[in-house]
Amino acid sequence: MSSETGKILTTDGIPLEESLKQAEKKNKIKAFLLVAPLLLFLIITYMIPIGDMFSRSIDDKMVTNMLPKTYKAMENWDGKELPSEEVFEAFYLDYKILVKNKTAGKLQTQLNYEKNGFKSVLKKLARKQKKFEEGNYKEQIMKVHKRWRNVEYWRAIKRRAPSYTYSKYLKGVDMYSNEDGKIVQVSEDRRIHRILWIRTVEVAFFVTLFCFLMAYPIAHLLATLPMKYSNLLMICVLLPFWTSLLVRTASWMILLQQQGIVNDFFVWTGLVADDNRPEMMYNKTGTYVAMTQILLPFMVLPLYSVMKTISPSLMRAGKSLGATPAVAFFKVYFPLTIPGIGAGCLLVFILAIGYYITPALVGGASGTLISNQIAYHMKSTLDWSFASAMGLMLLTGVLAIYWIYNKLVGVDNIKLG
Amino acid sequence: MALPKYTEPHYRIWHYFYLLICGCVFFFLIAPLFVIFPLSFNAEEFLVFSDGMKRLDPDAFSLRWYKDMIYGTKNPWGLAARNSFIIAIFATFGSIILGTLAALGLSSRHMPYKGLIMAILISPMIVPLIISGVAIFFFMAKVGLAATHLGIILAHIILGTPFVVITVTATLSGFDHSITRAASSLGSSPYNTFMKITLPLILPGVISGGLFAFVTSFDEVVVVLFLAGLDNTTIPIQMWTGLREQLSPTILAVATCLIILSVLILLTAELLRRRSERLRGINR
Repeated sequence: MSSETGKILTTDGIPLEESLKQAEKKNKIKAFLLVAPLLLFLIITYMIPIGDMFSRSIDDKMVTNMLPKTYKAMENWDGKELPSEEVFEAFYLDYKILVKNKTAGKLQTQLNYEKNGFKSVLKKLARKQKKFEEGNYKEQIMKVHKRWRNVEYWRAIKRRAPSYTYSKYLKGVDMYSNEDGKIVQVSEDRRIHRILWIRTVEVAFFVTLFCFLMAYPIAHLLATLPMKYSNLLMICVLLPFWTSLLVRTASWMILLQQQGIVNDFFVWTGLVADDNRPEMMYNKTGTYVAMTQILLPFMVLPLYSVMKTISPSLMRAGKSLGATPAVAFFKVYFPLTIPGIGAGCLLVFILAIGYYITPALVGGASGTLISNQIAYHMKSTLDWSFASAMGLMLLTGVLAIYWIYNKLVGVDNIKLG
Repeated sequence: MALPKYTEPHYRIWHYFYLLICGCVFFFLIAPLFVIFPLSFNAEEFLVFSDGMKRLDPDAFSLRWYKDMIYGTKNPWGLAARNSFIIAIFATFGSIILGTLAALGLSSRHMPYKGLIMAILISPMIVPLIISGVAIFFFMAKVGLAATHLGIILAHIILGTPFVVITVTATLSGFDHSITRAASSLGSSPYNTFMKITLPLILPGVISGGLFAFVTSFDEVVVVLFLAGLDNTTIPIQMWTGLREQLSPTILAVATCLIILSVLILLTAELLRRRSERLRGINR
């Protein structure tokens, strides 16, 4: 069926190539339409809100919106000497509205973050300003408190002028930008976030290590035992996997308490005295033990699925060629299991680094992690922009790990056992 | 795993040592779950084995905490259980529908930007839950769905779909597309082909993905903590509150029920997995 030009035509007279292209296009659209509902749903309810977290974390419009006239008047102020009467008047008018609307408290808190001692000065002003007379506000305000004569306080107001800030990110790593705009560390006794970051990475690393050390032998056993035994033992891995996280945490709380079974056992063996039972919960030990047990199945399952595909004859071949079992293991078997190790470690590490529930329940003060801090700021201090900033820092870390893993090992299909 | 007779002694010792280690790890994995059973039948309200229990004295055991769970005054568990089931069931169906459709599209070889789209679809599984929680909370608060069942259901659909996408995509990877073409060539409509040919074949994958979605929703506490109001407390929220305030034996009674539930889910998942492997012909 060829035309004069040599093109192959379909029965409708359309060139075959074109017809195929159309069919391909149609199929593409069809496939895309199937994915579209979920994709749209996730983009709207999930991806955009994560982006929203970013705009929230750098958002600093609160003070800017509270003092519109002041910032307009401050535009020409160089910040070297006390501002002019114009600025004082604008500030007085702005602040009067805030006091009237009963929102002055927010401004007081915000400015106190910027300069310690601002709160009391502003409170005093709120009381005294009712008696202010018209005109010459500079004199009147400065009379209320001598700190209004200090240019530092006016600079502090000026620093909050931009409607965006990266100060939340600096705060996340215990730094801040000081009066001169330089980025400096907070004093040593107030560096709490850095400790938390280090602890989070440390806990995630050691939990991953412990999981690996424990999962490797049992995954190997499960993969080499005959089916009927391994299926039975597999239940020991799968039952915790399917059991509620809170149930497992609860059981650890019972086991690790001071009068608990683990302590009873130690006393019974004579390792510790009855009146000197060690504290195993509400500290790092509790976090380590409980998290390792809870995350262990996530290490066993990928290891098992990789080990299952390794033929036992490879080890036999190695041994028959003169390798000792140890050499055969390290030269033949172990390298073949590396994809499984990679997948398991990635999974456990990423899960551990964002863990929240278990550390909050068994961790106590010395076992809490960065996620607990995020939740704390979300639920208690309501500093949502700081929570967003820390969340995004954590997310960046996780994505970086994922990216490195992808470069080193390659992300295969994630297996769920 | 019997060793051959010619095994040298030190390998023999090494082998038994290895089995011992494996035994310890299995014990570490499973034993904590079994502590909960006996203690939930404790007649006293302390969370330790009483002397009576150690002597297996029948008086030391009772069902009082189970009664408390069901009939207790100001009982929060009934409402929590109802909410949990409603939310989990709707979230599961939502995840199954959206996830299966997406998986069907993704396994088509015509799908453009497959890698990128797959990455977006499974991202809720990779992103730490706490971050998902914060982001979803911001969204739900903005559209006025915070502290509603619908909001929590939507949140759980977000968290549950990756599992459905992954299991169904895996099932479809062994799927012989010539059967659907055969059906079409015999005059079946696409809808009919899907219902009569494709769906029955991928059903095990769909259901096991659904099970994952169900368990994810049923166990989920981080996101719900941000979203739930007083009317939408779920079992995990109740347990969380209980564990934070005071560890009471009633919680252990609830925990025992949850363990039984997870045994049932495990059995279903195992049966499905085997059926799916048989259907795909990869059972060795």
